Amino acid sequence: MLDLTPKEITERKALRINPCKTCQPVGALYCALGVHKCMPHSHGSQGCVSYHRSVLARHFKEPAIATTSSFSEGACVFGGGSNVKTAVKNIFDIYDPDIIACHTTCLSETIGDDLNTYIQQMDIPTGKMVIHCNTPSYVGSHINGFFNMMAGFIEYLAEKADICNGKIGIFPGFVNPGDMREMKRIAELVKADYIMFPDTSGVMDAPITGRYSMYPKGGTKIADIKKLGAVRRIIALGEITEQEPCMVLKRKCNIESDIMPLPIGITNTDAYIMSLTRLTNAEVPYSLEEERGQIVDIMLDSSAHVFGKKAAIYGDPDTVLGIAALVLEMGMIPKYMLTGTPMDSFSKKAQVLLNKYGVADQCQVKAAGDLFELHQWIKNETVDILIGTTYGKQIAKAEDIPMVRAGFPVLDRHAHALQPIVGYKGALRLVEMILNAILDKQDRICADEDLEIVL
Amino acid sequence: MTADILEERKKSIISSDFCCQGDGSGISCEKESVSGAVSQRACVYCGARVVLNPITDAFHIIHGPIGCSSYTWDIRGSLTSGSDVFRNSFSTDLKERDIIFGGTKILEAAVDEVVAKHGAKLIFVYATCIVGVIGDDIEAVCRAATEKYKILVIPVKAPGFSGTKSQGYKLACDAIMKVIAPAYDGSKIPGSINILGDYNLSGEMWIIEGYLKKIGIKVNATITGDASMQTLQTASKASLNIVQCAGSSTYLAKRMEEEWGIPFIKVSFFGVEDTSNSILRVAQAVGNEEVIAKAEELIQTESSGLQSFLDKYKPKLVGKKAAIYVGGGFKAISLIRQFNELGIETVVVGTQTGQKEDYDIIRQLSNSGTIIMDDANPSELETFMKEKKADILVGGVKERPLAYKLGIAFCDHNHERKHALAGYEGVRNFVEEINLSINSPVWDLLD
Repeated sequence: MLDLTPKEITERKALRINPCKTCQPVGALYCALGVHKCMPHSHGSQGCVSYHRSVLARHFKEPAIATTSSFSEGACVFGGGSNVKTAVKNIFDIYDPDIIACHTTCLSETIGDDLNTYIQQMDIPTGKMVIHCNTPSYVGSHINGFFNMMAGFIEYLAEKADICNGKIGIFPGFVNPGDMREMKRIAELVKADYIMFPDTSGVMDAPITGRYSMYPKGGTKIADIKKLGAVRRIIALGEITEQEPCMVLKRKCNIESDIMPLPIGITNTDAYIMSLTRLTNAEVPYSLEEERGQIVDIMLDSSAHVFGKKAAIYGDPDTVLGIAALVLEMGMIPKYMLTGTPMDSFSKKAQVLLNKYGVADQCQVKAAGDLFELHQWIKNETVDILIGTTYGKQIAKAEDIPMVRAGFPVLDRHAHALQPIVGYKGALRLVEMILNAILDKQDRICADEDLEIVL
Repeated sequence: MTADILEERKKSIISSDFCCQGDGSGISCEKESVSGAVSQRACVYCGARVVLNPITDAFHIIHGPIGCSSYTWDIRGSLTSGSDVFRNSFSTDLKERDIIFGGTKILEAAVDEVVAKHGAKLIFVYATCIVGVIGDDIEAVCRAATEKYKILVIPVKAPGFSGTKSQGYKLACDAIMKVIAPAYDGSKIPGSINILGDYNLSGEMWIIEGYLKKIGIKVNATITGDASMQTLQTASKASLNIVQCAGSSTYLAKRMEEEWGIPFIKVSFFGVEDTSNSILRVAQAVGNEEVIAKAEELIQTESSGLQSFLDKYKPKLVGKKAAIYVGGGFKAISLIRQFNELGIETVVVGTQTGQKEDYDIIRQLSNSGTIIMDDANPSELETFMKEKKADILVGGVKERPLAYKLGIAFCDHNHERKHALAGYEGVRNFVEEINLSINSPVWDLLD
């Protein structure tokens, strides 16, 4: 497996091998699926949306709907205006969404299609809406696509008001529906009256009913997105993912935000809860304190098995930062932290975190990296565990390193998207997965006389 | 029934008792999707990529932004007995400045790097949508690299918008011809064949190869399942091409017939009937009496060996109804036959890239009430599967969750198949999978 990867690291100027990111539109599509009765629309050729739907179906094991402008050569020459106008008419006629969320592709960006103008020229049925955002695939990654689509919704829909509606806006970051549910559960426990946007719970984790619904029950309501313009404050989870939407909301509606890390690990979860309670003035209920006590208890009980163990963590920037925070709390060392998303802020934040624990000199951090390079690092100095997306499994097999799947995409396991890695519950789950992976390997490779029943 | 079917779509659906082209005027196919449809289809690039991907020692460099490369990274499940280079993802990961100033320099450097650091002997360079628009001359880059390194660097100009997935198949076939042609020396290996259009998903190529070896037929090149540059370059020595996936590879077979006079026959190794027929036809085409006798013996042994197996499962499956939604027309045809063997009626058939003649055969094989559609979308699939009370859908990744949501069983007959579905072994796996999905105890929990 991966025989190609040499140990010796040489500089690559042009070649990307085994990426740790994908392109903007899939992030935009995922964001739009988190809006109730929304049809995501890809303004490009039909292959793009087919790939995006496939990767989402593979990760979530759920149908992922989206439409396409189906560019032909003619559209590339004359512009895709008539394609998108026909598309929007057809979509409202047949699929009857409340809103269509268009995103661009590298193709439509490069030929210079102006969706803003096209949308103004459209005949949109009363009560229906079409919004858009620009997602050039040659900039950033799927994370950019996700936050650009959030910003697009806010630009079009959020309404400034003189009177605050008393609600708290929660931006969940690029996470699974299982994480969004956990964030909401915590918000409810501290009596927050909130709007979560986007919210893919109830959409990408919808239950089986024997009927197919193109628009499942979940998703942020359009009316609620409008209300984001008059909330008390936004709690934005994901320091890298949420900068742009918060900035747009500030500019448009003068709403302030607490931009903070994804609530992965104890400290980050504490911070999320504190941020909520500062606004609600509610006491932290005993049930949450109990959860916190339980997970810290487990971390102490199991500390001897993981203390000083080295982890390679890779995936989306905020997810990697969050998991690294938990791993540090467990006494482990996030030896390698890598994201494919090209953002320097990732490296800076990672350094701050590593410095806090005094392990920066033992660790390597990279943004705009790829898994080929991560594999080379590992060949030079190995780690005890890999934590990240499915694409690390080839490295895990080649180097016999136990692996915990977390982040996007996870294509080869089930139920992960319904379970949290955020909050105390999510920390408990991650800690258990990490322990099991490390101990399972230990049990598998140890000498017979060393195999212990009690650990 | 007034299903919500777009006017434009009605020409692509045949049904005797519903709204659409029941008038016998034939199906509209081989066209781009209607704008605004939730199409299940892919693009030109995808077509080229899936055909070439299984060539195990090739470096596939995707010239474009990262998406096209990441979505096609190691997704096919093609098995290899040699190199695993093809399971890596190589791309130029174009950035904004490259779009403005052109990406040829980046591409040149990328080619240099795979040659210098990884000793590449065969490189395919794919042009994606954006490269088609910014006008990078990938042909020139490939030509220069070929001369510089004396290796094969082959351009595949596959911008997604430039046609349908079938167009991509053609481009891939042209690229394969460029691999084979330099090795052509006019010599032949008598009685040997090439297998075209099998991608060795779950080792299916090996199963087919195994049968042919057993009856004494030599297989030269396997295209492209488990192929290498070296095996591909024996292809021109064959005396017959057999074409499994007709949609992707008939064009290649025709080109090899024109260039090197190699005749071809279309075969299918899905289902007992098609597998047996195909083995016999190959034997008759290239073998002597001994080979034919061996083929008959193999068919006899294998199919009678299956009889008790089928007898065991048939009672659980007879009378069920199937829906089929697959890529090519030929596979759909095999599946209809295979379902017939099991006593399962096919009530809905659709393909992404089927051609007119495929649809004609499908019509002959189907009952009058069967719905036949080209480039179906989820709501059409849903409408007709419900209307026709399908018990199982055979399809690909995007259809799986749809089927389950509807409470319909599912079998993946695409990249994500978990077991080999070709040959007699494949019949066992297929029937077991169908049975497992239709008769899963989980369905009982649904109400």
